Amino acid sequence: MNKALEHYLLRLADTALTQSQRLAEWCGHGPFLEEDIALTNVALDLLGHAKLLYEQAAEISDRDVSADDLAFLRDVDAFKNPLLTELPRGDFAYTTLKQYFLDQFNVLLYAALKDSQYEPLAEIATKALKETRYHLTRSRDWCLRLSLSTDEAKQKIQAALDDLYFYTPELFETDDDLNQLIAESIMPDLSVLKEHWQEQVDELLNECQLQVPKSGWVATGGLRGEHSEHLGYMLADMQFLQRAYPGCEW
Amino acid sequence: MAEVYEPITVAQVRQWLEAVKDPEIPVISIADLGVLYDVSIQDDGVLVSILPTYSGCPAMDTMQEDIIAELNKQGLEQVRVEVKSTPAWTTKRISEHGRQQLKAYGIAPPQEKTRQPIACPQCASTNTTCISQFGSTACKALYRCEDCLEPFDYFKCHV
Repeated sequence: MNKALEHYLLRLADTALTQSQRLAEWCGHGPFLEEDIALTNVALDLLGHAKLLYEQAAEISDRDVSADDLAFLRDVDAFKNPLLTELPRGDFAYTTLKQYFLDQFNVLLYAALKDSQYEPLAEIATKALKETRYHLTRSRDWCLRLSLSTDEAKQKIQAALDDLYFYTPELFETDDDLNQLIAESIMPDLSVLKEHWQEQVDELLNECQLQVPKSGWVATGGLRGEHSEHLGYMLADMQFLQRAYPGCEW
Repeated sequence: MAEVYEPITVAQVRQWLEAVKDPEIPVISIADLGVLYDVSIQDDGVLVSILPTYSGCPAMDTMQEDIIAELNKQGLEQVRVEVKSTPAWTTKRISEHGRQQLKAYGIAPPQEKTRQPIACPQCASTNTTCISQFGSTACKALYRCEDCLEPFDYFKCHV
C-alpha cells in the first residue's frame, strides 16, 4: 500500500505546490493591491497544504527523504501534478477561472478525503477544506464579476475558458495505484467526484453566460510524469536556490 | 541555607506562556488565540502542544521559537514543542478575553454565527463593507466602515 499511497500523496502535494507557485508569481503584479494580497494569501495556504502532504509522503517513503527534498530536488518527470496547474499564469481572467476550477475540485476532494481510511490524510483534508472553501467563495465571485461586466472582461474570461476547459478532465484521472486506494476507501471515487464537479461548474458557467467549448483534445500525462514544457521553467525558477546551494536554509 | 526547589506545575508553565503572543497580533496570547493546546510535564522536560491556525501561516514557526525562548528564560531547559494536526484549529477556540483584546487593538473579532454584521472596531457601526477577503495576514480580511470611513482588519471566521 505504501507505494500507492506515496504516489497519491505526491500527486496531491505536487498539485498544491505548482498551483501555489503560479499564484505567488502574481506578487507585485496583481491588478490592484487587495487582489495582489489575496492571490498571494491563497498561494500561502496552498503551500501549507503542500508542506503537510510532502511531510506525510516523506514519512511513509522507503527512501530517506525530507519534505524539502521532495519539493526541491525532484525533476520534471517525477512530478505528478496535472498539466492544469503548471500552465503559465496568463492574465487575471485566466488565473481566476483556473483557480475556480481547482477550488471547486479541491473543496469536493477534501470534503471526501475527510472520511479517508488513512487517518493522516483525513486530518490534512479537514484542515485544508476550511481554507479551500474560503478560496472557492472568492474565485466564484470573481468569475461572475468578470463575466458579467465589460465586453473586454467577458471576452478575456471566455478565451480563458476555451483554453482551460480541456485541461480539467485530467483532474479526475486515475491509474492502478489510485484505483487500489479507491477500493480501500483511502481516497474517493473520482468518477463520482467528477459528476458533482461538473454539476457545480455547469451551473456557474451558465450563470456567467459563458459558452462551453464543444470539442477539443483532452490533456493527460501528469500522473505519469509526462508534462508540458512549462513545468521545467517553473522548477528551474522554484528549485534554483536548493540546486545551486544544496542544503541552504533561511 | 540550601534553596528549595518547587516542582514545576502545569499551571505555572501556562502562566509563563501567557507572555507568548501572536507575533503578528502582539496583544493576544497563544492561549487566548486557542493555539496552545496542551502542556504536560514529562520525565525528559516540558512538552507544549500547539495547533496551527492556517496551514501556511509563517507565524507558526516564530511561535514555536518564542515558546522555547520564554520557557528557557524561566529556567526550563528541556522544552519540546509539538505541532498537532488534530483537532483542527477554528476561530471558536479564541477566548472571550482574546476577542476583547483583538477589538481593543483595532481588529474586528470573528463572527461565527451566520448573518451577523461585522462591527467597526473604532466606532461600533455595523454599516461596513468588505474590501478584500484577504488582508495583511492569512487570518484576516479587509473591511471599511461606511460611517467613520476607517478601514479595519476583520479576523476571518474559520470553522
